[in-house]
Amino acid sequence: MTNAITPDIQPVASRPRKGAFGKLLRRPLALVGLALIAIVVLGAALAPYLTNFRPDEQIFDGLTLSGEPLPPNGTFWLGTDLLGRDLLTRILYGARTSLFIGIVANGIALVIGTLIGVIAGYYRGWIGSVLMRFTDLMMAFPALLLAICLAAVFQPSLWIVALVIALVNWVQTARVMYTQTSSLAEREFIDAERTIGAGSARILFLHILPHLVPTIIVWGTLGISTTVLLEATLSYLGIGVQPPTPSWGNIIFENQTYFQAAPWLVFFPGAAILALALAFNFVGDALRDILDPTQRGRS
Amino acid sequence: MISYLGRRLIQSVLILLGVSLITFALLYLLPADPVRQIAGRSATPATVESIRRQLGLDQPFLVQYGRYLLSLLQGDLGRSYIQRSEVSQLIVARLPPTLLLMAGAIVFELVIGLTMGLIAAVRRGTRTDQSLMVVSFVGVSAPQFVVGLLLLYAFAVKLGWFPIGGYGTFSHLVLPSLTVAVMSSGWYARMMRSSMIDVLRQDYIRTARAKGLGRTAVLLRHALPNAILPIIAMIGIDIGILMGGIVVVESVFGWPGIGQLVWQAIQRVDIPIIMGVTLVSALAIVLGNLLADIIAPLIDPRIKLR
Repeated sequence: MTNAITPDIQPVASRPRKGAFGKLLRRPLALVGLALIAIVVLGAALAPYLTNFRPDEQIFDGLTLSGEPLPPNGTFWLGTDLLGRDLLTRILYGARTSLFIGIVANGIALVIGTLIGVIAGYYRGWIGSVLMRFTDLMMAFPALLLAICLAAVFQPSLWIVALVIALVNWVQTARVMYTQTSSLAEREFIDAERTIGAGSARILFLHILPHLVPTIIVWGTLGISTTVLLEATLSYLGIGVQPPTPSWGNIIFENQTYFQAAPWLVFFPGAAILALALAFNFVGDALRDILDPTQRGRS
Repeated sequence: MISYLGRRLIQSVLILLGVSLITFALLYLLPADPVRQIAGRSATPATVESIRRQLGLDQPFLVQYGRYLLSLLQGDLGRSYIQRSEVSQLIVARLPPTLLLMAGAIVFELVIGLTMGLIAAVRRGTRTDQSLMVVSFVGVSAPQFVVGLLLLYAFAVKLGWFPIGGYGTFSHLVLPSLTVAVMSSGWYARMMRSSMIDVLRQDYIRTARAKGLGRTAVLLRHALPNAILPIIAMIGIDIGILMGGIVVVESVFGWPGIGQLVWQAIQRVDIPIIMGVTLVSALAIVLGNLLADIIAPLIDPRIKLR
């Protein structure tokens, strides 16, 4: 209890300098996160070798005689779903969907957010205020409602779902990039660059963007977690990734009517979503502590 | 203060206009044809055309949007295409359950989040702190529909402590609002922890201890009120996140609020309802942000309005 009152001094400065990745490996939570991500990536990549079934294969003895799904057992490690398909196989292949959406959607969101934030922060003036007012407007949109409307407008395919999520998710990145860029743009070294005649493109790409790389890495990692959750939610509502393509969200969507009798059909895919989102949050948070010293000990 | 308020109000109105324009444009682009939904499959092309003309859906986009805005200014959100009633009446009827759900969620997330954050800050650096922060991360990363289904399974199906779904009594409210609260209580725990740690570093805390005040008294009377201040303003901002969760949580629990209303409307291409609910949610978010900005300097005079 006493340490609550005394200001504590962390021995941060005395630590030997190491690469960001080395520092990452010394944090237990980040290690857990990296391990979980590795498991999901390997499971997705090696899915055909890890299971004897195909994801859309309705197995002959995959249902009980009265047509009910099988609980976890020796043949079907995580049980079977309502159509008699192997749940483990569907979760393994579903990992491909989640990773694809996580990386593509978040990549697009990151590019849009960074572009808008950097341009608004560097040029300011009317371009800046138009862009940031637009960002404010997007903040006022109930994100999930917007995603649902968008998903309903376009017929959902894997790429469309990724695009919809990206269109909803760039806002936060844009605001962070805007703040960082506008404070960078006022520093002396940028003035110096301008005095010696450097053009805007040169300043933006060679002098401002490199300073933003740590922020981009941190938000890129944390964003994957949000993206994975949003994809799962859309698919759970039936307007995300469409069956028979397995996704962790639509596995639950397809089976929820039966979940009181067969809770494993919600539990395992749900645990997979949680694990992946949690993993990227662990790694992202550790990266923020390492790469962004101003945020250390906060949030 | 007055000019600041005026500027923020104008900004809020412009944001709502933008939200209405974007939503209207999205729904205009919808490939599903609302007229076909109303007329039914067996309708003749002539009937379809006459319904289209009646609803004004044969007009160009800007004319349709202009008409919508004009009636919106008179407080008219239009009529539902499928349910034969005013959108405003439907929303007003469905709003109380949603507001109740949100109020329950705010209570839960504050109680859970602030307690976790307070304990973590006091025990900073210990196992307790670390495990609480892991728990807060789990809360932030858990998909709401999974949390909802698992809570239902554990506390309604297996233990039978709460009803499986529906609306009406206090015990109906517990599981849905807990589900909505899980995600945000993780954020509140983290914010409370860092805010409390900041406060505990201040000189006046050391002074209070030095004059002989007990540890608990310092914590509860001097540190806690100051640490909570920045978090109260967050409740306003949090409304946006809560709004996002209601569609999912209301559909898991069969809660008869505006989330269910808009979800049914989306499936039936009932455009006036989708527009109405989107605008109401955007209004809630804008008002929440506005309130947060107004309250922040009132409770902490160091924050200046720009």
